[in-house]
Amino acid sequence: MQKQAIFQSKLLPYALVAPQLAIVLIFFYWPAAQAVIQSFLLQDAFGLSTTFVWFENYLELFKDPAYFAAIVRTFAFSFAIAVSSLSFALLLAVMADKPLRGSTLYRTLLIWPYAVAPPVVGVLWVFMLHPSLGVLSRYLRAMGVDWNPLLDGDQAAALIILAAAWKQISYNFLFFLAGLQSIPKSVIEAAAIDGARPMRRFWTVIFPLLSPTIFFLLVINIVYAFFDTFGIIDTMTRGGPGKATETLVYKVYTDGLLGGNLGSSAAQSVILMVIVVVLTGIQFRFVERKVTY
Amino acid sequence: MVEEEGFQRYLAHAILWIGIAIVAFPVYLAIVASTQDNAVIANGQMSLLPGGHFFETYYQTLFVGTSGSTREPVLNMMLNSLIMALLIAVGKIAISIISAYAIVYFRFPFRMAIFWIIFITLMLPVEVRIYPTYKIVADLHLLDSYAGLSLPLIASATATLLFRQFFMTVPDELLEASRIDGAGPFRFFWDTLLPLSRTNMAALFVILFILGWNQYLWPLLITTRDDMQTIQVGIRKMITTTDALTEWPVVMATALLAMLPPVFVVVVMQKLFVRGLVETEK
Repeated sequence: MQKQAIFQSKLLPYALVAPQLAIVLIFFYWPAAQAVIQSFLLQDAFGLSTTFVWFENYLELFKDPAYFAAIVRTFAFSFAIAVSSLSFALLLAVMADKPLRGSTLYRTLLIWPYAVAPPVVGVLWVFMLHPSLGVLSRYLRAMGVDWNPLLDGDQAAALIILAAAWKQISYNFLFFLAGLQSIPKSVIEAAAIDGARPMRRFWTVIFPLLSPTIFFLLVINIVYAFFDTFGIIDTMTRGGPGKATETLVYKVYTDGLLGGNLGSSAAQSVILMVIVVVLTGIQFRFVERKVTY
Repeated sequence: MVEEEGFQRYLAHAILWIGIAIVAFPVYLAIVASTQDNAVIANGQMSLLPGGHFFETYYQTLFVGTSGSTREPVLNMMLNSLIMALLIAVGKIAISIISAYAIVYFRFPFRMAIFWIIFITLMLPVEVRIYPTYKIVADLHLLDSYAGLSLPLIASATATLLFRQFFMTVPDELLEASRIDGAGPFRFFWDTLLPLSRTNMAALFVILFILGWNQYLWPLLITTRDDMQTIQVGIRKMITTTDALTEWPVVMATALLAMLPPVFVVVVMQKLFVRGLVETEK
């Protein structure tokens, strides 16, 4: 697609793209290239000499059980966050899509958590479920649960998943609502005339028509769980106890912070880049233009 | 219209209110905690109703800060966050709109190559390139500066794509008409295209402001001085690992102050927010 009516100028267009191009090259391409180069190098303990080692850093990573565990953990987190947040948001969106009094108020009251920053989400949830002073922990203990996410890795993981899913509800809700509102009412009426009850109408008519939205949101939620949960993890558990809540991004951060192995840290960054490229590719390949608002 | 029976309607109202309660509960708890005494909270005896320490806590939070490790008034942190968020939002819009203008309204060698160079940055979130970017920012002596906080987050393919898409829908006749009036590229951009883009810019601004205000990992890495801290970084430092020292009322007050500006923007500018959200994700 191209414009027919255009301006003629030799230098002006370059001047116009120059600022963005400069920032992109300095702060995106240069560091990305650095990461790729660094990932093929091995530095000695004192940082005095570096040798080119091909894929050794990558092989080391994949042989490392801790890294493999982090991969599995990150995918498990993403899946759990996406499924729980999506299903709850879909339920709310289906309800809010009905012709109810006060539906704009409902929408307003459900979308604001989008604006809460991940570290703040972490702080709110850690306070609510703190083992010694959390308000909800009292009830959990009264119910006989031995609640201590500071020591129990599974409980810590559950805490992260809940908090991360909580934040994403509003985003999913908005997109589900938009998706539901774009379904022609005539289709639903036709199903009703055929005698389909509300539940049946939902599963046989609305749900299939909503599947592009669901797929789109699934990808978005996985990307969110991969990258945006950093702030939540860092304020709630800092990757612990042990490594029970250490995701791939968090591992890059801590490994780099300890300043140990630059090559390995770079290789981890490159692997993350590949994951983002694949996810974005999936999103564009399957989702673009299929979701209508 | 498919009629909803009475019971179905009550059920929908009930489910929505339960949803709202679940969404709001952690924040309610924060409001309550910020008005209570720290000793009571630390004992695990916190009441579920507001206490009487509202003014005390918020005064301390805004103007003094915690008594412990980070003695930085939260008002200062909010100012840092505000400057960073505004720089990111305005900077992104400014550089994206002119580069989209060049790509749509001019023909020049490497036009598509440049478009793709910008487009691919969609796939490089700051999280995957933190340490190399950190090194560059350090080499440029931009640590602990507003430029260092905002520049690496400013280049955005989404904004460029959005403006490009919008410019493509602007009828060619407008350009022809203003050319007959003797307008050059600058006049056309300023007098015709910018006013037309106003809604898009506003919607984008709302989203970018929220994203900028909520940045965490990058400010955490490149700010070392307490007076350059953003509120998101500050709040993390308030939670000490030794629980006994954490001043929970101040932490909760800070959490509420941290969410106030972006939540306000979402609620008050809801239409623009929804529009911006849907369009940047397309």
